[in-house]
Amino acid sequence: MASVAGDSPPVKARGLVKRYKDLLAVDHIDLNVNAGEVYGFLGPNGAGKTTTLRMLLGLIMPTAGHIELFGRDPIREGARALDGVAGFVEAPRFYPYLSGRKNLRMMAALDGLGARARVDEVLDTVDLTDAADKRAGAYSHGMGQRLGIAGALLRRPELLVLDEPATGLDPAGIRDMRVLIGRLASEGITVLLSSHQLAEVQEICDRVAIVRSGKVAYEGPLADLRGAAGNGYRLHTSDDRRAAELARTTPGIHALSVGEAELRFDASERDAGALSLALGAAGVAIYRMAPTLASLEDLFFELTEGGGAAAHGMATPDGTAPAGAASGGTAETTERAAGTV
Amino acid sequence: MSVATATAELPPRRMLSGRPSTLTIVSWELRKLMAQRRTYLGLALGAIPPLIFVVFWNFHQGPDRHGGIFATEITQSGLATPVLMLLFESAFLLPLIAALVSGDIVANEDSNGTLKTILTRSVDRGQVFAAKTLAAMAYAAAAVFGAAAIATIAGVASWGFHHVITLSDTVVSAPEALLLIVAANAAVLIPLLTVVSIGVLLSTVTRNSAAAVVGTIGVVIVLYIVTAIPGLEAIHPYLLTGQLQAWQGLLRTPTDWGPIAHSAWVCALYALPSLFAAYLVFLRRDVAGG
Repeated sequence: MASVAGDSPPVKARGLVKRYKDLLAVDHIDLNVNAGEVYGFLGPNGAGKTTTLRMLLGLIMPTAGHIELFGRDPIREGARALDGVAGFVEAPRFYPYLSGRKNLRMMAALDGLGARARVDEVLDTVDLTDAADKRAGAYSHGMGQRLGIAGALLRRPELLVLDEPATGLDPAGIRDMRVLIGRLASEGITVLLSSHQLAEVQEICDRVAIVRSGKVAYEGPLADLRGAAGNGYRLHTSDDRRAAELARTTPGIHALSVGEAELRFDASERDAGALSLALGAAGVAIYRMAPTLASLEDLFFELTEGGGAAAHGMATPDGTAPAGAASGGTAETTERAAGTV
Repeated sequence: MSVATATAELPPRRMLSGRPSTLTIVSWELRKLMAQRRTYLGLALGAIPPLIFVVFWNFHQGPDRHGGIFATEITQSGLATPVLMLLFESAFLLPLIAALVSGDIVANEDSNGTLKTILTRSVDRGQVFAAKTLAAMAYAAAAVFGAAAIATIAGVASWGFHHVITLSDTVVSAPEALLLIVAANAAVLIPLLTVVSIGVLLSTVTRNSAAAVVGTIGVVIVLYIVTAIPGLEAIHPYLLTGQLQAWQGLLRTPTDWGPIAHSAWVCALYALPSLFAAYLVFLRRDVAGG
């Protein structure tokens, strides 16, 4: 199999459109997934995520638009464009009358030389060795998801496309899936991960595209999205009353409210950092300073159910910078930094 | 899953080398067929009638029953049994068996969602289509020759390996008769593979196994009905169903190749457009199932 193009991005889609008679499932979507990043493709059910992923993998034909995977067009070049690409859309499917191992052997045979030798290895990777000779039809949903990952890993992908991989998994399964994706990404595999839940991807994604009704409502770093999310913080200290006094006198701290166990306020990352320094200087220990993730989720819901990126001064697919985006570290780094003060 | 530790053991990534051949895909299509019970149901449909016939004849009529030319021919040589069975089965049963798999072979994968599984590997759609078509054809051939083998073994076991009388009332030796049986079964494959082609087309277009299987059988039934309609005699030579008995030309002396040749080009008129249309649909279709 030929090696993938060196400098071409893993995914580049321009003006993707998919129309089913009167239904416009995908409406001029642009995507840019850079090498080595974990890219979240977010949106509610029916937003057009799976249709877009199917177009990327050459399973359905776009009504209009252009796709390149490592510089190759999956629609025109077929399987050759999938060199270095693996994954699944919706739930991975297998032949229920074949064992998990035989399903993988079949996939390996269809992948080419070398893949068959890795069947046992990938079974071990997803911890399915003991169940490898059971019929795939007897697998649980979680085992099926893991077999889907194993099937993808057979190809030693440069780009892994995963469509809602955590759907139907129990909490432990979701955690393990997240760990696996993180590990694969840390090894340099580019991951395109779709989800309808922001919480599912926010810990592992570098950038996201949020789609709504077939259109990209936002594309950019998750940090920028957090920055535009209202800059809300929750603060718990050794002396919340003293902390509230300091917050009132610190420039840039707004909408301060004092609760029984914590303070809440709005601020930029810079001003929140200044407050943390002031608290430290005053001898007030910070037990926890965290961005109010609820506001991020609220923004996500607004993007996907109402409003839109423009209403929030955020980045749109044409590259307009978000007005409210904070520069520098992300809210997560602020949280980590605050925790060590 | 213990991914936290297991992924650390992942080998370094590199691209796969070597692209799978269509024959590799065919072999896996056949393995998938062999792993399904319904595959054997179809084969049994072809193999059971000769067994029932031989057992019935022996136990209820007696191995040496006399009383008619038909009975005399049958009991004279066991090699007459596969010919008689081919006469009966080629009319409807063998097309039915061919339809069972060909109508299912694409639609089943579509409805189960496994089409996307194989189309996201390193194989082109054209390869997958060719492999599925060849596998369905191989299955039809297996059903035909399997039924013939069972009929031959059962017949010879009951009435011996003797010469037979051809449709031209000439006598051929047992080894020659055996060759003619093989040739006749090969000849009946021509219209059967045409049925397979129609089945593959319907399987690709309808995306529904039941609709494709029933539709394929329906085509055969409709053509038989057309055969029975007065005033349409002029088109009878061009009906697919008429070609299902063309193999009988091989059992005449001298061999009458006319029906075989006619069957070949008439069947091509049905099969090639069907396969071409199915191929185009398969190449361009959206795989949205599963």
